Amino acid sequence: MAKFQPLAEAVADNLKDGDTVAFEGFTHLIPHAAAHEAIRQKRKDLTLIRMTPDIVYDQMIGMGMVKRLIFSYAGNPGVGLLRRLRDSVENGWPNRIEIEEHSHAAMANAYEAGAAGLPCAVFRGYLGAGLATVNPNIKSVTCPFTGEKLAAVPAIRPDVSFIHAQKADRQGNVLIEGIVGVQKEAVLAARRAVVTVEEVVENFDDVHPNACILPHWTITAIAVVPGGAHPSYTHGYYERDNAAYLEWDRIAAGREAFEAWMKENVLESSPEAFADRVAKLRSKA
Amino acid sequence: MSDLGFTPNEMMTIAASRALKNDDVCFVGIGAPSAACNVARLTHAPDITLIYESGTIGTAPDVLPLSIGDGELCDTALTTVAVPEMFRYWLQGGRVTIGFLGAAQLDKFGNINTTVIGDYDHPKTRLPGGGGAPEIASSSGEVYITMKQSLRGMVEKIDFFTSFGHGKGGDDRKKLGIATKGPTLLITDLAIWKPDPESKEFTVVSLHPGVSREEVQKTCGWPVKFAATVEETPAPTELELKTLRDLQARTKAAHEGAGKDE
Repeated sequence: MAKFQPLAEAVADNLKDGDTVAFEGFTHLIPHAAAHEAIRQKRKDLTLIRMTPDIVYDQMIGMGMVKRLIFSYAGNPGVGLLRRLRDSVENGWPNRIEIEEHSHAAMANAYEAGAAGLPCAVFRGYLGAGLATVNPNIKSVTCPFTGEKLAAVPAIRPDVSFIHAQKADRQGNVLIEGIVGVQKEAVLAARRAVVTVEEVVENFDDVHPNACILPHWTITAIAVVPGGAHPSYTHGYYERDNAAYLEWDRIAAGREAFEAWMKENVLESSPEAFADRVAKLRSKA
Repeated sequence: MSDLGFTPNEMMTIAASRALKNDDVCFVGIGAPSAACNVARLTHAPDITLIYESGTIGTAPDVLPLSIGDGELCDTALTTVAVPEMFRYWLQGGRVTIGFLGAAQLDKFGNINTTVIGDYDHPKTRLPGGGGAPEIASSSGEVYITMKQSLRGMVEKIDFFTSFGHGKGGDDRKKLGIATKGPTLLITDLAIWKPDPESKEFTVVSLHPGVSREEVQKTCGWPVKFAATVEETPAPTELELKTLRDLQARTKAAHEGAGKDE
């Protein structure tokens, strides 16, 4: 049953040191505010899962919270590489994270298998791909009907998944619109799910009958954080802050500039700061 | 800009756009492929279906997306589906006719590396990784590749097999049980390449205007093969150039404007 909580409480109650955690979002609806709260609470030894780890994962890796990363594309979309991730993998700063690397198809199937309560995902993939030779979690099965050899990967079952969504109703049902990514699967695959939302509305009586709604009993906690996806975007509320993604490439280039930025914008900041960050992006969404 | 009135990059994008047909269903990689696909849509292929891996089907962006999940793609799409559905039903299900990919490293058989430079466990440079590419390369009907030529990019031996092209050539795909055609076209800033029907080695079939065979070889890390008849790529038309430049100007304005005061 979804419990409405301030973000700090929702994170403290649901994310523990050593957890396997997904902060999912596919360019759209990336739960930056929730991840920043996890950084402020100094969680450590996390196994982070995400198909497309981008700058907020770069931040968590740079802050030394991460033991292991399970992913399929780690980049600053349209800008380049993740410099804190590279510093960790190439130079071991601040620690050398372990990597479990997949393709998008594998991760998407693995989330779906997690949501479906299956132990593994089966799909046609990794044919001739080098990842199958470096990732022991990529195996194959033979179709018992046709004899076709298919790829198999373990289901994803996070201890907790964090997502950002447009709105909740008073009961705690959650509506996701636009590019929905893999968030529904991430919530249903996880033991606990925490959702940040832009706003709470009375009910969902006026939405389309096929809208993507997560019932309140699939969600552990909801925190209202306007702007909580910034610099990612929330369809219908504010646009993606492309300039911030470009700027991150400069901030993350050096360790000192990175640490100074984190201190000012995360460690000494709060969830309330996100509303201001999207103020100028709202008119165009 | 050369005195030809267009840049090698513009020629590359426009030559790539010409390869797409009006009835293609194209799975679009970000960067150079995205520009080419949208120029095609804005010129000779208005009904082309462009699919981005974020789940947008039949999208028609007014500006080029910075990422594969920009709001513009969803706003202008026929429909937007979840990412697992995108990879299961639409790509794996065989609905995609062309997968359009870029590459950090490419070999002469169309195998692509976007994972690491150097050893996987101790990389010299950790690249973003494959994303959707490994299955785009095996499940799309055929694969087009576009990239700028360089000795660093076009190499005899790639450091990592992110996406399988033709392996070591010949019928390597078939031996692995891959039923699709794989890379059938490579468009660079200097030339158009097609695989040899038997060996599957990429062979230059057309040189862009003003480009010599020596220039192609100088920026390619393997000994280049040329087809028996090498054509000259028709120069960009006025309409093609204007379409591309307008698209890039709109894109630049949109991306620089985000987050700034109006």
